[in-house]
Amino acid sequence: MTAHTFIDGAPETGPATTPLKPGTGPGDTAAAGQWRLIWYKFSRNRLALVSGWVILFFCFVGLFAEFLAPSVPDASRPQFTNAPPQQLGLFVTGPDGSSRFQLHVTGYAMQVDPASLRRTYVADPDQVVPVGLFVPGAPYRMWGLFDTNIHLLGPLSPGDTMYLLGTDRLGRDLLTRLVYGTRISMSIGLVGVCISLLLGVVLGAVSGFYGGVVDTVIQRIIEVISSMPTIPLWLGLAAAIPLSWSPLTVYFVITLIVSLFGWTGLAREVRGRFFALRGEDFVTAAKLDGSSERRVIFRHILPSLTSHILAVVTLALPTMIVAETALSFLGIGLKAPIVSWGVLLQEAQNVRTIANAPWQLVWPAGAVVLTVLAYNFLGDGLRDAADPYES
Amino acid sequence: MLRYVIKRIFYMIPTLFGLSLIAFMIIQLPPGDYVTSMIASMQDSGANVDPRQIERLREIYGFNDPIWVQYLKWIGGILFRGDFGYSFEWNRPVADLIWERMGSTLAISVASLLFVWAVALPIGIYSAVRRHSVGDYVFTFIGFIGLAVPNFILALTLMYLSYRYFGQSVGGLFSPEYVEAPWSWGKFVDLLNHLWIPIIVIGTSGTAALIRVLRANLTDELHKPYVITAKAKGLPEHRVVLKYPVRIALNPFVSAIGWVLPELVSGVTITAIVLNLPTAGPLLLRALISQDMYLAGSFILLMGVLTLIGMLVSDLLLALLDPRIRFT
Repeated sequence: MTAHTFIDGAPETGPATTPLKPGTGPGDTAAAGQWRLIWYKFSRNRLALVSGWVILFFCFVGLFAEFLAPSVPDASRPQFTNAPPQQLGLFVTGPDGSSRFQLHVTGYAMQVDPASLRRTYVADPDQVVPVGLFVPGAPYRMWGLFDTNIHLLGPLSPGDTMYLLGTDRLGRDLLTRLVYGTRISMSIGLVGVCISLLLGVVLGAVSGFYGGVVDTVIQRIIEVISSMPTIPLWLGLAAAIPLSWSPLTVYFVITLIVSLFGWTGLAREVRGRFFALRGEDFVTAAKLDGSSERRVIFRHILPSLTSHILAVVTLALPTMIVAETALSFLGIGLKAPIVSWGVLLQEAQNVRTIANAPWQLVWPAGAVVLTVLAYNFLGDGLRDAADPYES
Repeated sequence: MLRYVIKRIFYMIPTLFGLSLIAFMIIQLPPGDYVTSMIASMQDSGANVDPRQIERLREIYGFNDPIWVQYLKWIGGILFRGDFGYSFEWNRPVADLIWERMGSTLAISVASLLFVWAVALPIGIYSAVRRHSVGDYVFTFIGFIGLAVPNFILALTLMYLSYRYFGQSVGGLFSPEYVEAPWSWGKFVDLLNHLWIPIIVIGTSGTAALIRVLRANLTDELHKPYVITAKAKGLPEHRVVLKYPVRIALNPFVSAIGWVLPELVSGVTITAIVLNLPTAGPLLLRALISQDMYLAGSFILLMGVLTLIGMLVSDLLLALLDPRIRFT
């Protein structure tokens, strides 16, 4: 049984890798797998790491929107239109000057403009509205599964107001709408990117694997699509959605429109990698072993570019989010009763509204910008880490 | 060179064809056609609509033809007679409405492109030469913000800031007193006063992208042996940098027309809607909302053609600059 003795020698040590710089990653980098190496490299990029947490936070907010929001998005109080944000405080000072712990927000004082007789609200620090955690409020159906009315944060007595980010022109709580909008805006990016991923990977793989006429045709198509100014095209397609369609259908069609133009970058990346990899030894070996073409593409080549695809996808996500926001902002994307960041921004379309109630621009716009930035930093970090064997 | 030019123009034909198909598809997308909506509005106003008259109208407008005949008629009209169809909302031929708007779209796009170049070149060089300096980090940070803030949000913010702090409203291209006035020096100055906001809004993301590209290219170039040689021979730094590496790193500036221009045209569309500029954008949006599809389709087609021509120009310029390209 001498034929097996070579196994008894030194323990097996994984594939030969160029180790990272000494002292850069914990543990034994020489024997670490590809994903572990990617993680070492990625986690050294602080900005990307923080961005990852920001994205996770937004996803969390979107997932638990009903519970995290202080109210429901369509609850309006016409008497509190364009009310400014109420400040959240921790301690209240009693009449005797002693201070005790009590979560609260400052109340409102009503002012009547002597010229226009318009009512406006200003924050009045002397008034205190006590608020609490896990308080009952407007009833909702969590994930469409069970009814409840517990909100994370809300006023203790149901008649009081708590508008941490102010209200819109119909007296609806902006924070609530922003939280619900997070769900729609984040998910549109994710769903859209899945469609783009499918188109981009399949077309890019076919194009790069076969080359020749197929490649030329696909490359021409990509060229046509990427040479078009996107916003006019999105406008043209979105405007064709009939008004009678249900909000959910509109949501999916908008996602489709947004993703139809987002796959080209991914297809190019996948094609380039396929060109580089199809001459590699392991591909030749797989072919000689009699693997079908589909097996070679999907089992042998694609897994080796997963990390690159992940990076490109992350960089494609913000484009989708901005696209949806822009369309909804112009009034031909998502429409009420769906709430997305773009729908919220639509309220802040003219200078007068912004001047009266700047919070209607600041918060939704801030959410969009923060998300886009975070995705960009995360994508950059992933791209740098995607090839851990590079120095 | 001539061979390259001809080849390049020849290459444009299938792309143009694809573009026209997409524009035609958008025209055809909304359910029903113009006659349907005309009948609806006639019935709303209480008029009796004769079915034979409807049939006659459909015949006149060619709505009964098979789809490819309609396409051929449409594209034939554009190519041979400059006839873009009829705007049913404005009751005028589309061709009367679009040229002025396309002209201002082109003018603002080109002005933004010049802005992008003028700003990105010095900052890109500075960032590459003084890598990891405070200035580099500041510009990188601003660049990231520029990439991340969508055009229309930037426009809204600038509108708000200028309203809040300068008390002036920034919409439009002219102050009211100059809109109808003939061209004069005063009108020109007034135009410049209004133009800077849209140009900054439209150009920022392109500038940020180009700075990143230039910085990366120039950094690669600066580490090459010939630069070290030049430095060792005692050339002053500005000559070392400007004489060769910058010239080589300039290629992406020219090829940038290809990918920045679609972005700019796109940006002009949405920014113009927010800032109410008399370009194609607001008219396109209005046409789409009222389903005036020939007008909308013509705008989309022409915007595409505009970017294609921009790409052609950029490729030809690149070939002029860099002989390696025209011989491959």
